[in-house]
Amino acid sequence: MAGARRRLLSWFARRPAAGAWALLGPGLAWLTLFFAVPLAVLFGYSLMHRGTYGGVAPGFTLEHYRRFLDPLYLVVAGRTLWIALATTALCLLLGYPVAYAIARAGRWRNALLLLVVLPFWTSFLVRTYAMIVLLRDSGVINAVLLGLGLTSAPLDLLYTPGAVLAGLVYGYLPFMILPIYASLERLDLALLDAAEALGARAPARFWRVTLPLSLPGVAAGSLLVFIPALGAFLTPDLLGGAKTMMLGNLVQNQFGAARDWPFGAAISFALMGVVFVALLVWLRVRDAGEAA
Amino acid sequence: MTRRLPRALVHLVGAIFVCLHLPVAVLVLYSFNASRYAAGWSGVTLEWYRRLLDRPDILRALRLSLEVASLSTILATLLGTLVALGLARGRFRGRSVTEGGLYLPIVTPEIIVGVAMLILFAALRVPLGVGTIVVAHVAFNIPFVAVVVLARLRGMDRSLEEAALVLGADEATAFRRVTLPLLAPGVLAGALLAFTLSLDDFVITFFVSGPGSTTLPVLVYSMVRRGIEPTINAVSAVLVFVTTLTIVAAERLAARRA
Repeated sequence: MAGARRRLLSWFARRPAAGAWALLGPGLAWLTLFFAVPLAVLFGYSLMHRGTYGGVAPGFTLEHYRRFLDPLYLVVAGRTLWIALATTALCLLLGYPVAYAIARAGRWRNALLLLVVLPFWTSFLVRTYAMIVLLRDSGVINAVLLGLGLTSAPLDLLYTPGAVLAGLVYGYLPFMILPIYASLERLDLALLDAAEALGARAPARFWRVTLPLSLPGVAAGSLLVFIPALGAFLTPDLLGGAKTMMLGNLVQNQFGAARDWPFGAAISFALMGVVFVALLVWLRVRDAGEAA
Repeated sequence: MTRRLPRALVHLVGAIFVCLHLPVAVLVLYSFNASRYAAGWSGVTLEWYRRLLDRPDILRALRLSLEVASLSTILATLLGTLVALGLARGRFRGRSVTEGGLYLPIVTPEIIVGVAMLILFAALRVPLGVGTIVVAHVAFNIPFVAVVVLARLRGMDRSLEEAALVLGADEATAFRRVTLPLLAPGVLAGALLAFTLSLDDFVITFFVSGPGSTTLPVLVYSMVRRGIEPTINAVSAVLVFVTTLTIVAAERLAARRA
């Protein structure tokens, strides 16, 4: 037994590649079987005919991708894109100052970081539901506004695009703060001293030194916010109502009530296309940052 | 760093921190509210928590969530750690492509992963249930564990291992006595991440769970869809408590080891 083990170990020692693949094998097999293969099947379905009772029927067609170009669905796609972009922009606007403050917070730094990470560990569903408790007609915000006499009737806050935007920004803000913080923390402060010695005032030091050097963090954070916002399903489902449908809801509909799997698959891959464009943009920005 | 932050910036950041924590804080607070109607406050009560005990469906869902999270964490931690070791130590063609590919499941929108798994199971005629949920959770957790452990491996000082080898330990002993203990905090962090991701997952689970296999998030979702009631505040608070408890326990464990 011990001899066999030693022989096996020395066999692997002479073949490092085989050893690596033995380690990678089980995990990669799992991911191939339950991630890559399902995506391939999904792609195949997007090119097949719709079955009579759900599922698919054999035959090749591009009709589902063509159908996606119907104005009815393009409106949803456009809305999804602007909500995802607005979420990213708002997260950047709110997240950058927070990341900057934490990086300069001295002994408070770890406590503040914990406050940023804490929501990340809290269920996204619970946090989305918490927004309902705040925003609904008989919710906390309306109660406060009514109580202060600022409004005479409850405001319609829930089931609006604004509610979806608020829910997404609230949900994904930590994803923006952490990468920006990481790049600000690595920033060599001697560069700022040098800029000051050379006569740069505070705004110039920020715009011409700090900000450019934190761009990799900004790019990473934007990607981490943009992608889940683009594929959002739960937030528009619970906070948006029928008029604020996003592509995620459209996909879910096709696999739920509408029972049109090929069309749902086609929408999924249209969404994947935008994700890949975002990834390519991020890679460009990152490589440009490394080259600079 | 002695540069002072502008006062306006401090106020702005303070306000953002309040917004980041207010919703869940209000939710937990209202889970103790005696009034049925969320906005009005009419005293402290544990009534909504007591009602949870009369709801076998909620207790069953909580137990299933904990079972699924435990099982999928064990499997994903094992497979993910092996993947990380293979990537960090292996020298083979396609290493960087493999590592890049590991990020694909992380950046793919959850809804797409969910429907893709749904159609795979449908095509294979696998009935949806606890098994399909665990399989899906292991799949989305492997990359997260691998990335966390990989970061730890890359930050490790290899000279300690080399010292063990020079001092006469064979590869297996050096791995068991030196590498593994050094790696443990990374593995623990990965496992913790996997556990909470599994416990909290709604979107993917929603697509791969069957009628008899409702996890707590899926149940909470259907309760919210049916209408807002105080019991939901209490279940949500329980979910928040469980994850917080997990984090605290893990922190304690890590502190004891160090």
